[in-house]
Amino acid sequence: MSPVDPPPATDPWDRRVADALAFLRGRLTGQYEVDEFGFDAQLTERVFLPMLRRLYQDWFRTEVTGREFLPEKGGALVVANHAGTVALDGLMLSVAVHDAHDPARHLRLLGADLVFTTPVLSELARKMGTTVACHADAERLLRTGELVGVFPEGFKGVGKGYAERYRLQRFGRGGFVASALRTGQPILPVAIVGAEEAYPMLADIQPLARLLGLPYFPVTPTFPALGPLGLLPLPSKWLIEFCPPISTAGRSEAADDPMVVFDLADEVRETIQSTVDRLLARRPDPFGP
Amino acid sequence: MHPSHRGAAADRAPRAAPVAQAVVVTGVSRYLAATVAARLAADPRVGRVVGLDAAAPPADVAPQLDGVTTVVAEPHRAADVLADLRADVVVHMAVTSRPPRADDADDDAKERNVIGTMQLLAACQRAPLLRKLIVRSSTAAYGASFKDPAVFTEETAPRATPRGGFARDILDIEGYLRGFARRRPDVLATVLRFAPIIGSAADTTLTRYFASPFVPTVLGRDPRLQFVHLDDVREILHEAVVGAHPGTFNVAGAGVLTLSQAIRRAGRIPVPVPEQGLSAAAALARGLDLGGYGFDQLDLFVHGRVVDTARLVAEFGVTPRTTAEAFDDFIRAHRGGTVLPATQVAAVEQALLDGIRRIRAARPEAADVAG
Repeated sequence: MSPVDPPPATDPWDRRVADALAFLRGRLTGQYEVDEFGFDAQLTERVFLPMLRRLYQDWFRTEVTGREFLPEKGGALVVANHAGTVALDGLMLSVAVHDAHDPARHLRLLGADLVFTTPVLSELARKMGTTVACHADAERLLRTGELVGVFPEGFKGVGKGYAERYRLQRFGRGGFVASALRTGQPILPVAIVGAEEAYPMLADIQPLARLLGLPYFPVTPTFPALGPLGLLPLPSKWLIEFCPPISTAGRSEAADDPMVVFDLADEVRETIQSTVDRLLARRPDPFGP
Repeated sequence: MHPSHRGAAADRAPRAAPVAQAVVVTGVSRYLAATVAARLAADPRVGRVVGLDAAAPPADVAPQLDGVTTVVAEPHRAADVLADLRADVVVHMAVTSRPPRADDADDDAKERNVIGTMQLLAACQRAPLLRKLIVRSSTAAYGASFKDPAVFTEETAPRATPRGGFARDILDIEGYLRGFARRRPDVLATVLRFAPIIGSAADTTLTRYFASPFVPTVLGRDPRLQFVHLDDVREILHEAVVGAHPGTFNVAGAGVLTLSQAIRRAGRIPVPVPEQGLSAAAALARGLDLGGYGFDQLDLFVHGRVVDTARLVAEFGVTPRTTAEAFDDFIRAHRGGTVLPATQVAAVEQALLDGIRRIRAARPEAADVAG
């Protein structure tokens, strides 16, 4: 006990109240930092991540392996499989990356255009550190040593039916590989298991999707049958595994070579697919403990 | 494009020699251009400074034009003016985001911006002594699109034509300028793309927007904004005249404020309005000639705009005040309309904290738990 400590600091409850009020005052008077991408680290750490962590721990009982492959500093392109109708896997991966190391690191996701054309969603996404999936943003983040998260399957991954669960879709043009090569940052494949059962998509009502301007209109066991209650994800068991990084250092001239880009994209896809299969074998019951 | 050896040659020139014989500054009936001209006139390295404008400087701007000769002439007479003066530097500042007077319609602003620039560039092309051309542009040149990267570098091309009249003017002006640079490769052309200008003395559409107590915003959007301080704008324009910095440069304060954050810092209350409503309001404001609010502002408030200023800092050796510093300086000058001052929020916080401590101290069981 140091004698200079003010008496209120010794009471944890009092300190918590003072801390919360100071946080509110900072928010109310605009005294916080937002980076050039619109990432609000304070809001993410104090509001978004604690909320998501409840879902991550208590609802999905997420288990993470291979944390040691996630670099403690420096940039890396984190590439994961995408599933589950709504992109919950991006949010859960953000929690997994944040909680993997101390001091914590933030995952900067690359999001689809649809995220940024939608009001409210675009605002929340930017505050959580997501930015538009384009070369300029990905490479700017990688060059400044950030962990950048990307789901190369895009809507093909989240919008596939339940029957196709855990079968990785095509990886587009492999643009993410070119970004990693150009910046010389490693690619870190990640396998995520559990997202498919959280919102199993039984059918896709295409006419309705076209009407609403969406890539698909999902029918799950609970949505739209139970209305807004159907938005609650099913309590599937989640496993996340970080795989060994693939180095791209000193190969920046290969970024324009389509053969190299496709081969590397394939290698990443194969790694994720085989890891997903291994994780599935470890989890016989999708809704198990 | 400009050969790189030219900049180096200019640096080797003896410092004592005047860097400019006769500088023509356009648009001096406006405050910023007038003060830029006056600052040039005060620099011993600069010879004669002439302010050119189609309108005579109003009473509040005229006193700023110390040491500046003012020539009131329509832009199509610019060729005669440049020839008479034997001008070697032209600073084109007559590019404005709003009509200079309330009775001017939108078309007049376009006329002034685009046609005025065309006529000035035509005059510049025929001015054999011209060595340097500096043009005020805007970061509106990057357009507004949802697919835009988060940070624009000078090389980023606009993905979609913006809705705003000013932004379209800027795209036209920069297009003409590229044509001019091809025809007169001997002239050093500097294009300065300014972020919205703010400061204690700045009076723009944006400063008036933040000065009102209730500030309309677009529902569900919190754009990232950047500002540049008026004093830094002046500094950089001056350096562009006395130095040699060919090329296009983004000019903005480092860092970002989101719109909601800026409104809170200003102690104002945000009023979110659906975008359709604001579009209608913008059209209405234009129809009723309420000045200012238009699609330019709306695009900014939906998409936001952030630029990379690494090239400016490296080439000019000037680091503008950060966006937050520039904005705070503006707030200090406009404290009048504050609805929610930071001191009051802090006082409420202290009162709440004291209140909670008193209540807890009065309850013996709370003390037990704490112990």
